[in-house]
Parts: sequence; structure tokens; C-alpha cells
Amino acid sequence: MVGPDQTGKPDGNESKRDWGGALPKVEADPIVAARPPQPTQKLYEKRKAVHNKRIDGPFRRFKWLVMLVTLTIYYVTPWIRWDRGPYAPDQAVLVDLANRRFYMFDIEIWPHEFYFVAGMLIMAGIGLFLVTSAVGRAWCGYACPQTVWTDVFQHVDRFFDGDRNARIRLDKAPWTTSKTARRLGKWTVYLLISFWTGGAWIMYFADAPTLTYEFWRGEAAMVAYATVAILTFTTFWLGGFMREQVCIYMCPWPRIQAAMLDEQSLIVTYKDWRGEQRGSVKKAAKNPDAYGDCVDCLQCIAVCPTGIDIREGQQVGCITCGLCIDACDKVMKDVGRPRGLIDYATLEQCEAEAAGAPPTPAWKAPLRPRTFIYFGIWGAIGAAMLFALGTRSHTEITVSPDRNPPFMLMKDGSVRNSFTLRLRNMEARPRDMEIALVGLPDTAAMWTDRIAREDAAPTQVVSVPADETRIVRAYVVVPAGTDVDTFSFQVTSLDQQGEQDIEETTFSGPGDN
Amino acid sequence: MADNKRIDEPTGTEFVGHEWDGIEELNTPLPRWWLWTFYASIAWSLVYVILYPAWPLVTQATEGVFGWSSRGELQEEMVAAEQARAGIFERIAATQTTDLADDPDLLNQAIAGGAAAFKQHCVQCHGAGAAGFEQYGYPNLNDDDWLWGGSLTQIEYTLTHGVRWEGSDQTRFSLMPGFDGILERSEVDDMVDHVLSLSGKAPENAQGAALYATNCATCHGASGEGDRAQGSPALDDAIWLYGESEASVRQQILAPRHGAMPGWSDKLDPVTIRMLAAYVHSRGGGEAESETGAADTPETEGESEATPSVAATPEDGANGRT
Repeated sequence: MVGPDQTGKPDGNESKRDWGGALPKVEADPIVAARPPQPTQKLYEKRKAVHNKRIDGPFRRFKWLVMLVTLTIYYVTPWIRWDRGPYAPDQAVLVDLANRRFYMFDIEIWPHEFYFVAGMLIMAGIGLFLVTSAVGRAWCGYACPQTVWTDVFQHVDRFFDGDRNARIRLDKAPWTTSKTARRLGKWTVYLLISFWTGGAWIMYFADAPTLTYEFWRGEAAMVAYATVAILTFTTFWLGGFMREQVCIYMCPWPRIQAAMLDEQSLIVTYKDWRGEQRGSVKKAAKNPDAYGDCVDCLQCIAVCPTGIDIREGQQVGCITCGLCIDACDKVMKDVGRPRGLIDYATLEQCEAEAAGAPPTPAWKAPLRPRTFIYFGIWGAIGAAMLFALGTRSHTEITVSPDRNPPFMLMKDGSVRNSFTLRLRNMEARPRDMEIALVGLPDTAAMWTDRIAREDAAPTQVVSVPADETRIVRAYVVVPAGTDVDTFSFQVTSLDQQGEQDIEETTFSGPGDN
Repeated sequence: MADNKRIDEPTGTEFVGHEWDGIEELNTPLPRWWLWTFYASIAWSLVYVILYPAWPLVTQATEGVFGWSSRGELQEEMVAAEQARAGIFERIAATQTTDLADDPDLLNQAIAGGAAAFKQHCVQCHGAGAAGFEQYGYPNLNDDDWLWGGSLTQIEYTLTHGVRWEGSDQTRFSLMPGFDGILERSEVDDMVDHVLSLSGKAPENAQGAALYATNCATCHGASGEGDRAQGSPALDDAIWLYGESEASVRQQILAPRHGAMPGWSDKLDPVTIRMLAAYVHSRGGGEAESETGAADTPETEGESEATPSVAATPEDGANGRT
């Protein structure tokens, strides 16, 4: 195969390859240069197990806090009760698929209001942009379920097998009884956590106490068991074994992040101008000018949950959890050097710092137009949705006129049209609603499938059950010779709210075609 | 590609040798688990081929150990749907037609079932919207004009026994004599005028009124109000089975056309017929059960000896059809 080399035939001498001036010659990176090229090529790469070391520090503690909050929200939310009266479920957060209702505390969403859910999804999407522009990959580092559950499982590892070195030793050790027992114990705990995770998920879709009871008695729906089985498996497999590979190979988000990050984004970075040349404290003591602050203790690699070397710079595997900052700060303190050799910073700040400017505090990074614009959009959608939720009517009517036949001639020559009315009562209590004809002469009359023709009148009162849409067949009749094209049905709730809705429709008669 | 065995320095990975405008492809090794996923897919497909229909043969595919088929699945769903409906069928069967309206939920079920049956059995003549066809004299079922009565029991009776149907000796039956050759041409003109005047479509005609009183009033009523007991159409209203034009009224006097409807007792079960009655009744023209309704229509259907109070004998009915 001949490459698209336009200057002539390839001469086999790669160093003379013409790059068309597109690529300027780059100085060899000192870090990379230190690593020998790997001459052997494999088709498939085995996972390099990550045995991250225990570390304590501000970021680790923040990670604990986020884990506590997110897991509590996940496991506890379905069990919160919320009194909505006798006509609605008393579960605070419930996705009632069978009855097509979504309950979230005081908010109840009907299927036709799905735009609220769409709005929430858009807010979630823009929220990710916002977080990325403000604090980089903070989602990946702290709040992503894959990160949180991986963290949980890594602590299980530590509980059963000890810290990093013990785990590495155990990994290499032969399969003795003790190792088998440990592994089985560990995997059992994995499985229990996974099962609990899958089990918590289904609680969002039915009354949690009832479902739990039915689940253990084998009476729950098949889909409940299937969902638990699938989620148990995915949690067990992705959290217990795949871990950082999900971030590196499977998840699209790091790729999107790569496109969204710029030189003003907050990232976790190694300040190489300060750290290089790496060397031990002893070497540095002998020759202070030749060495930087990095003592090459490899603690940043040891604590990393994805097993990367942050000193190689920005990379897809870095979820910016900040654990390497904790590790490095601790070492710097021990050797009496200033903290922040690895730190949250933007590339721009790094450049300025390398050029000799004083370090900029990290909190200043989010203060830029992009962040404010994202926040503005995000907030505007949220405010619009809150406004719509607060002012929406809980009484609605939709009208569909019969199209076959469009009108009906009656014995006395009057003309009847039939309509299917849908009266929506979105309150959790039964309500009476008055249907009125607007825009028809007084001689017009209406009756319904529940009100006999003898009782035909221009207005009718219909009772609508709690939290339901009642379908009413309405017949509207006008005397012979009445000229009418359009009119409206108006519905008024006969309670204190007195909510109204009106919908225009057509009236057909002989001669309309 | 031997000459492309070069290593990319930053990553330590070999180049593949493909290059586009200076951008080169690296031969990054695939993660091992990906390969296992591939093997797992192959294993799964083998299992699937054994369990489910897979290999196409000459007339059909291999059946698979599970014996699954889409037809079989449909069959199961149909049986399940049948079972789900069974309770409703029993309740409708156990409910007197006159009591159906007292149970709104059951009535709704009956109307829904009737709507489905209507689409299958009735739309061919009465139309998808039950509006009938004036051209052929198929009556409109949405209006408030009924030839044989519009209460639930009356509709159910008509559905069971049909109209001018030889299959039932209790069928709704009546015949109107043709006046061609009996009345003079001018007399027919007068009669047409009078009939149209009953609904205000023509001026009064004394000659016609006299002829009407002698020849027509027995069945159609003195003022043209009709008689449901005989299925004689009302002539004083806005609804005309065969059209309101002078020509069509004249034709109906000279050589009357008579509609016929099969009774459904031999094709449909009583519950379906009851549901159909509920549906037709719900189209907007349904009438309440009249106090004297029991006299017009037998309460029980089929086996009862009660005969409909129609004018003619069943034998005439059979002849009338020929």
C-alpha cells in the first residue's frame, strides 16, 4: 500500500518523510524519553490489575462524603413516604409505569407532560457541560456511579486482602486454601452489594415495602426479577472486575470531555517545571541544582484508582479524583517541600506559573464566560420548568369530533355532532366539572353518554374520578338551519380552584364539505 | 508493511502504516476482555441455534429445543386474552339486557366488545361509522329514527332475528304493497305531494290526503308517524331511508324496496349480540326501554314462543324474499 505521499514515492527512510509542513518538529518530551519504547506488539492486551493504596487527605474525605451522599440517595429514596391522600400512592419518588404516573414529592407528572422529564434530561446534559467547564471531570472523579461503585469494591478488596502490597502479593500467590477462601469471601460480598444495588433500583418502580414483600415470596412480576438479575450482574462485573476499563474503553463521556476541555479547564496536573528532574532526597541534597521537587516516590501511581501515572500529563484515564494530590501533598510535607506539586490547575495557569508568575488559586478557574453562559442556560431551563410546574392547570379538556359520520340529521331536522371529550382531573381527589358550549346559540343543547337526551342542556356537570382522565361522549344538537362553523367546549372545575380550560372545535352540518 | 515497523515514541505503540494527511493510525492492542466478549457472543449464538429456530430448511426452519414459534406465541397471547375476557363475557351473559345500563363499567365493556364485533360483521352494509347507505337503504344507526325500535332490548331482538330473514320464524317482517297499476298516474302524483307535505317539503294536497287516508294510514299512521310494530317508516320526519327526492318517494310508492338483514343468532353467540346491541344503542340515538316495550318485543330471545307483533306470517316472509 502506498501512502498519500505527494512528494514522490516512499523511499523507505522514515526520517526523511515529508510531513507537508503540517507538523512542526517537537522537542522530545523528557518524561517520555525516559521510558524505553516497547518493541514487541501484542494483538490483545491483558488488563493490568490496579491495586490502589489507601490514602487519606482532603480529596479522599470529599470522595467519602460524595459516596455517602450519592449511595444514601440511591438506596434510601424509594423508602421515603409522602402523604398524598387516599387516591394516590404514598411513596415520595415513584415511577408508576403501569398507571403512567411519575411522582416526585409534591410533583406529579402525567405522560402528556413528558416535556418536564425531557427538560430534566436537558438540564442534566447541560449540567454536565456546566460542571465540566467549571471543575473539569469532577463528575468522573466523584459522582459517576461507575466511580462510586468501583470505589466501594476497592474498599472491599482492601478489607479482605489488605492494602496495595498485600494485594499484589496475593495476586501472584498460588491458589492455596486461604487464597481461595479470601477470594470466595470477597466475591460473595461483591455479589451481595451488587444484589442490593439491583434490588434498590426496582423499588423506584413500585411501592417499595409491598414489592420487597412480594419479591421474597416469589410473587413479584417477572420483570422485577429480570431487572434485579441484570443489574446485579452488571454491578458485579463492571464494579468488581472491569472497573477503570469502563472509563478507558467503554464510556463515551471521556471522549466528549476531551473535546470540551480547553486550556482554561480545571484538571489534575503534575507541575513538571517544578518536579523535574526527579530524584531522591539524598541525590538532591548532594546536587540541589540538578533536581526538582519530585522525589520519584511513585505514590501518585500507587493511590490512583485507574492506575495511571499523572506525571505523563492529561490523559483519558485520569478521572480527576484528586487522590494523587493527597498522596503527593503528604510526601511533600514529609520531605519539607511546599504542597501542590500535583494539583488542580488549568493549563493556562500552569504556563503562567512555569514562566514565573505566582500560583493562581484553583477556585478562580470557573470564573469565566463559558461557565456563566452554561449556568445561565441551565438555570433558565430550570426556572422555566419550575414556573410551568407552579402555574400549570390541573384541569384539562381535549375534544375529538367524530369524523365518520361528521354530522347526523335528526328526525326533527336538527343536526347533531358527536364528540369524544377527555376530561383530565390531575388532582388526587374526585372533582365535578362543568362542560359548557361556547360560541353556539342558546338553542343548542348537549347530552352525554351518561345523561339522557331528555336532559339535554347547554351545560352539563360530569364527575371525574381522582387522578384520572374521564372519556365522555358528548352529543351536541342545533336546530335546523343554524349556521355555525366553530365553537368551543369549556370545562370548569366546580371547586375552590375554579380552573378552566377551553378547546375550539368544528361543527359540521349538511352542506359543509 | 514490513517497512512500517516503527514505534510511536509518546505511546510506545507500533504504527499500522495507514496515513491520512499526516495523521497516522496506531496499532493499539485490543483489550483482552474484548476478545472474551467476542468468544462469549459466539458461544451464545451456538446455544441460541440449539434452543431456538435457526437454520432455514426447505419448507421450514429447524425447530429448536424450546419449540418456540411466533405463531405459537401469538396463540398463547390469544388464549390469554380470551381468558382475560371470559369473566366479562360471563357477567354480560348473566345480566339482563334491561339491567345493563345499571352497571356502567360492564356497559362500557359491552360497548367496546360490540364496537369490535361491529367492525367485523356490520360495517359491510352499515358503514364503519354506522351511518348506513341511503343509496341501498341500509339504515343509519346513529340517528334517533328507528324502524323497529331503538331500545336495547328492541335492538337486540332485531340483531338476533334479523329483518325479513328466512332463518328465523320470529324475524322482523312486513311488506308494503306496490301501487303500480292500482293507482292512476295523477293519483300517484297527488300521493307523492301529500307524503312530502307531511314533513313540510311540499304544499298540502287534498286529493293526496284522501288517497293516503284510504291506502296508507293503516300502517304509516294518520299523520305519517309510522308504526314500529310493523317497521313502517315515519313519513313526517327529516330522515328518509331511500332519500327524500320526489323521484325516490314515487318509486317507493310504485314498487317498494324492502331491506333485509340477516339474523345473527346462527353466527354469533348471544353475548356478542348483546354487546353489539349495546354498541348500536350507544351511537347517540339509543332510546330508553319503553313502559310498553314488553308488548312490542319479547323479553326472552330464541326459544320463547312469544311472537313479534308483526303484521305478516313467517311464511309470507320467506316468500317475500324471493
